[in-house]
Order: sequence, then C-alpha cells, then structure tokens
Amino acid sequence: MPDFIADWLNSNEIFTAMTLMEYWDGLVTTVHLVFLSLVIGLVVAVPLAILRTVRNPFVSGPIWLYTYLFRGTPLLIQLYIIYYGVAQIPGIQETFWWEIFKEPLYPALLAFTLNTAAYTTEIIRGAIMSTPNGEIEAAKAYGMNWFLRMRRIILPSAARRAVQAYSNEVIFMLHASAIASIVTIVDLTGAARNIYSRFYAPFDAFIFVALIYLALTFILVFVFRKLENHLLRHQRPANS
Amino acid sequence: MKKLLIAASCAMAMFASGAQAQDLRIAFDVPYEPFEYKDDNGELTGFEVELASAMCEELEANCEFVIQAWDGMIPGLLARKFDLIMSSMSITEERAKRVLFSDPYYITPGGWFGPESFNTDVTDLEAMKGKTVGVQRGTTMDTYVTENMHSAVTIKRYTTAEDMVLDLEGQRIDVAFVDYPVGEQTILNREGFKEVGEPVKLGEGVGVAMRKRDAKLAKEINAALKTLKENGTYDTIMAKYFNYDIKI
Repeated sequence: MPDFIADWLNSNEIFTAMTLMEYWDGLVTTVHLVFLSLVIGLVVAVPLAILRTVRNPFVSGPIWLYTYLFRGTPLLIQLYIIYYGVAQIPGIQETFWWEIFKEPLYPALLAFTLNTAAYTTEIIRGAIMSTPNGEIEAAKAYGMNWFLRMRRIILPSAARRAVQAYSNEVIFMLHASAIASIVTIVDLTGAARNIYSRFYAPFDAFIFVALIYLALTFILVFVFRKLENHLLRHQRPANS
Repeated sequence: MKKLLIAASCAMAMFASGAQAQDLRIAFDVPYEPFEYKDDNGELTGFEVELASAMCEELEANCEFVIQAWDGMIPGLLARKFDLIMSSMSITEERAKRVLFSDPYYITPGGWFGPESFNTDVTDLEAMKGKTVGVQRGTTMDTYVTENMHSAVTIKRYTTAEDMVLDLEGQRIDVAFVDYPVGEQTILNREGFKEVGEPVKLGEGVGVAMRKRDAKLAKEINAALKTLKENGTYDTIMAKYFNYDIKI
C-alpha cells in the first residue's frame, strides 16, 4: 500500500476499520435486497407481460391496473404503506404474517419487487408488442401453435429489444434501494447516515457511499454491455 | 429579518445602582414549550425565560429579551444583536469553537418508554438480551445505547420520533429510548404505554452562550446560576414546568 494512503487511513478519524465494516455490511444488504427483488420481479414480470398483451380485458385489465398503480406512485410511499400500514392492521401481531412483516427486510423486499415487476412488465410488454408481424406470420406458416410461437419466436426477439431498457431499470432499482434506510434497514445509505450522524461529517460519509454506488453501477453497466453484445451480435457489421 | 424586541421586567434591576448595572440582551427562539413561549396574553414566559429573569436579578443587570429564529442564533450573537443565548442550546464541541458556554443549567434526560406489558429492567444487560431498542439517529441516546448495550440488544435507528412511535405501537421494537420531553408528548399520552426505566442524564447539558471575549461575564453568570441552583429559586421555577428533574 502506498505510504500516503496508509498515512491517510491512520490520520483520519472517520474511515477506521469499524466504519469500513459498517459500509461493507451495508453493501451486502443493498446487493442482497436489490438482487432478490430484481430476480423475483423479472420472474413475475414475464408471465404478466404476456397476459397483458392478451385481448381479453378481464385478463389484461387487472394487470394494467397493477402496473398503473405501482408506476403511478412513488416507491417511498409504497414502502411506507407496506411497512407502517401493515403494522396498523388490528390483530396482525398475533398471526404468522407478523413473523414476516416484523422485520423490515421483507416489507422492503415486497415493495421493491412489486415496484420493479410493474416497470419490467411494461418494458417486456412493449417489446412483445413491437415484434414484427412478419416474424409471427412466418411462425404461423410453419404451423407453430401459440405456445411454441411465444417460446421460440416472440420472447427471444422481445428480450433483445427489452435488454437496453431493462438495464436502466436495474440501475434505477439499485439507486431507489437507498430509501430502504428509512425503515431502519442498514443498507449502504443507512450505514452512511449512521456514520454521518456520529461524526457530523456529511461530505466524507456521503461521498464515500456515492463512490460505492458508482462502482456498483459500473459493474452493472459492464455486465449489460456484455449481455447486449451477446444478444444483439446479429446486428453487428459483418467484418467486426 | 424581522426582529421583535420585548422589554422584560427585571424587578431587581430597578434597585441596582444605575452606574453599575450592565445592559444584557438575551435571545430566545419561541415557541419551544415549556422552555420559552408566549402565554395567552402574548407575554414571553417559560422555564428558561423565568430562569433568565432570576439570573438578571442576581447579576443586577438590565435585561432585554429578544426573539430570534434558531438559524440566526449564533450569527446574531457574533454580530452583537444580543449578548446571551438562553434558548436550549446544548453544549457541543462544534458550537464551543464559536461561542463561549457557561456551566450547564439544565439537561433533559433520556427516557425509557414501552408497552404496559414490558417488565424488564432496562439497566440489566442480561435481562435485555434479545430485545429491540429504538433510538433517534445521532442523539445522545443513540450514542449511549450503541456504546453500552450493543452486545445485548438490537438497535434500530430512526430519523424521526414519529416513525419510532409507530414501530413501538406495531411491536417492532420492545422499548424506545428517547429525549424525555419528546417521549412524554408522543408516547406517554397514548393508551397502553408507560415509562419502563429511570430517566438517564446524557450529554453535557444546555448552557448560556455568549461571545468568546466575554470571559468575565461568563464568570459572573456561572456564579449567578450557582446561587440560583443552591438557594432554591431554580427548584421553584423547575417545579412549575416539569415533573421530573432536569437540574445539572
């Protein structure tokens, strides 16, 4: 380690091993929370997006309402309603649900999952709707039924169109997860707020945590660039 | 900035010999009940206001009470708009770099609040093992719990007292450790809650703030406050506003 970094670490009061551990624990919590909600959200969103494109309004209507509600209200409000609202339901403390809702992690996970699933549903639906008619007609001409068409033609082609918009959603989700700290979860932002209030050093505490978010975003951008290159390689010029 | 000047009646100041009496302007941020607020007649009153009057008698000074918004407190003092701040300003290292503090004249304790069914001794770490304690982030209560109890209890830190009270009601935390006046107003007036432990005095307390150069005045003020604390005047005023001890 270069001398000046060692000197800096030794001379400052804030970034001791203890506070760095708090940041690390926060990082683990943030990654855990965001990863789980994105995976569950995506798994839920794919069937919802397919059903959303169905002509029958009794099928697509409720899904439209769901995505409208969750895209039309701030995530902060959704988290407040799920975390504080549920605790106000009379008698909930005596049911098994309370085991789940007592800890802040599950209400936050629920709110994040429902939110990201709503956005992802709309992203995938848009991609499905913009499938070129020719591809579908060709599939029909081959005698593929609806299920086979969806699996072999529509979804793979929709995934290619959705991946860029979805990478944005993933990054937004990472940044939106900062509000988990208001329901006592010590995620990255929660750790930064604790350290800020202990040392009254807003710049040090928050700039450090901003750098960690930047690094996380960098990793996400990198991964999605690779994924796009893989999915969209048929669009590359032939000689590259 | 709109500033309101209120002439205070300092009875003893009238008797003081005119040549020696010094003029002091004391700043308050109102309303901050029960420390300083206006009563139904618009008169400035409250614990700190009465204590300030008594202190002026003791100092034989002509006092004038000034109302100043909190944000402009220290700048106003340094700009000589007034000479003393007696507006519940806690003594902190940061502030002590810019102003001179007298000895502390009151300290609000941290109070333990919990549901009626809570029967654990909060000072007994063994018994508290596994309990969840709520505190407001960055308060002296937070520091106390973090330093003394983190091995036994789970600590949840809240930004606002309201959020903490909601989680106490929802049974997400077993007990709240919060500034006593705050807990008294937000928790004790709800049904089913009580004080579950002795209040704990934390931090350095609240002092009279003045300009750094007024070292001589600080000595006089410390002497006056000491007399008031010892001769019973302080206790009489405290009893009017509080049913718990804030004396330091």
